[in-house]
Amino acid sequence: MTGRDERTLRGRVAVIGIGETEYYRHGASPDPEFKLALKAILAACEDAGLDPREIDGFASYSDDRSEASRLAAALGTHRLRSATMQWGGGGGGCCAAVANAAAAIVAGLADCVVVFRSLAQGQYGRFGQAGGIHTVSGERSYLMPYGVLAPPQRFAMRVQRYMHEHGVRQEALRAIALASYHHAQANPRAVMQGKPLDVEKYDASRWIVEPFHLYDCCMENDGAAALVLVSAERAAEFRRKPAYLLGAAFGSGHRAAATAHNAPLYATASFDTVAPDLYRMAGVGPSDVGVVQAYENFTGGVVMALAEHGFFKPEEANDFLTFENLIAPSGRLPLNTSGGNLAECYMHGFELVLEAVRQVRGTSTSQAPRSDVALVIGGPMVSPASNLILGSEATL
Amino acid sequence: MSNPSTRYLPAGLPIPVAEPDGLSAPYWEGLRQGKLLVQRCGRCNTWQFGPEWLCHRCHAFDPAWIEVEPRGRIYSWERAWHPSHAALRGHGPYIAVLVELPHADGIRMVGNLLGDPEQTVAIGADVEGVFEHHPEQDPTYSLLQWRRL
Repeated sequence: MTGRDERTLRGRVAVIGIGETEYYRHGASPDPEFKLALKAILAACEDAGLDPREIDGFASYSDDRSEASRLAAALGTHRLRSATMQWGGGGGGCCAAVANAAAAIVAGLADCVVVFRSLAQGQYGRFGQAGGIHTVSGERSYLMPYGVLAPPQRFAMRVQRYMHEHGVRQEALRAIALASYHHAQANPRAVMQGKPLDVEKYDASRWIVEPFHLYDCCMENDGAAALVLVSAERAAEFRRKPAYLLGAAFGSGHRAAATAHNAPLYATASFDTVAPDLYRMAGVGPSDVGVVQAYENFTGGVVMALAEHGFFKPEEANDFLTFENLIAPSGRLPLNTSGGNLAECYMHGFELVLEAVRQVRGTSTSQAPRSDVALVIGGPMVSPASNLILGSEATL
Repeated sequence: MSNPSTRYLPAGLPIPVAEPDGLSAPYWEGLRQGKLLVQRCGRCNTWQFGPEWLCHRCHAFDPAWIEVEPRGRIYSWERAWHPSHAALRGHGPYIAVLVELPHADGIRMVGNLLGDPEQTVAIGADVEGVFEHHPEQDPTYSLLQWRRL
């Protein structure tokens, strides 16, 4: 038997390729969802210089509809060894899917695993609208009849409680939106490139649900994004600078998913247990992290997630979360350097994982000066949530 | 306490029903009768909401359903403006509150806060329950709403 600290993903696998489709407004993709997935996977293989037939595993999350066996058949892979789906909705699994793929490689179940997310909402419907439902049961029955229908209404009360408990002001949420939009202006992939945001525009924007203005809420988009993982020993065979997985964790604390907002610890992003697990595996702390991609379903979730990852105490949120602190290259902690879910593309957070790889490679359009240790935080406020840390070879 | 002709939100939102396995059936039947029923373990007295097949503390199955007084205090709130459902288009803002029941170990439930939808809402404010019955709907159902004391 080995202790948990010896059973680790640290330094065992590397991202060798990343790829994505063009990112579209929701419903605007000319391609169906499965075709988007194929395009992103082929782009990631091309980036790595890998024959796609060598892929022997697929990992995704949030009930992705592009099923592993169909992908393997469509791509003509030599064989399929690993097919993992992370339970849970939203972007909670965007890092967990990478962890599951890494675990499969480290355990000897597979050699070359693609992790991906594909979404075509014109084909399958939107997250932000609840329609065509006559009756509801279970969790939703305690919420939907009261107008708590879609993610904005499901998470606003959690953030409101957090703001109340810790004196967090609207300006802290606003700074996160401003930083994402600022970074998107430099990113040609970003849906919101050419559509900058400033303080006046944010303040004048309509409420979706208090305390979320329009610009506190993620977009909804069509597209797909993928990465390729191999064992660390093989990373040097490929043409890109490897981004090594230093750690990953997922889950949530005690009864986080208790029905109808009954989690004992309510005002949380669900990282109270998950962040310490991540840092322990990665062997680094918050001061070692040079750049962060934090899933913005809503800016309020980012506030909570960053605090739970130790960058500031909740009571310090107003001082820490300023536009100047959050932008690359000059800020204390460059955040969401591609524009993220708010302004690059809502690829359920997988665009954030790809951006962390770019930061480690040194190829971001908003490069952070300290990018050897890059953190990704997935799906705050959901259960299971997940996170991961990538590092350059120097961090091994 | 109840008035079948008034409803806080427009008709057309999803209607709550018990799961096919009947887990929450006593809760919804209680509301239809103007009673708030929640689970309390017969072995260790732990309160539980929403319902589950066992007590999360001592793992005794089938916790008892106990009537509790529908009063509490606002634990959190939100004012929704964007219509996330076709039935809400043109309706305007509405308030949802998360109410904790101190006399039932702080279990929480979501409802609407009756009154002016643009009123100031204070976390910690005392509220009492108001049953909102829908005998005209198919299936029939009742909701538990809240108003300031």
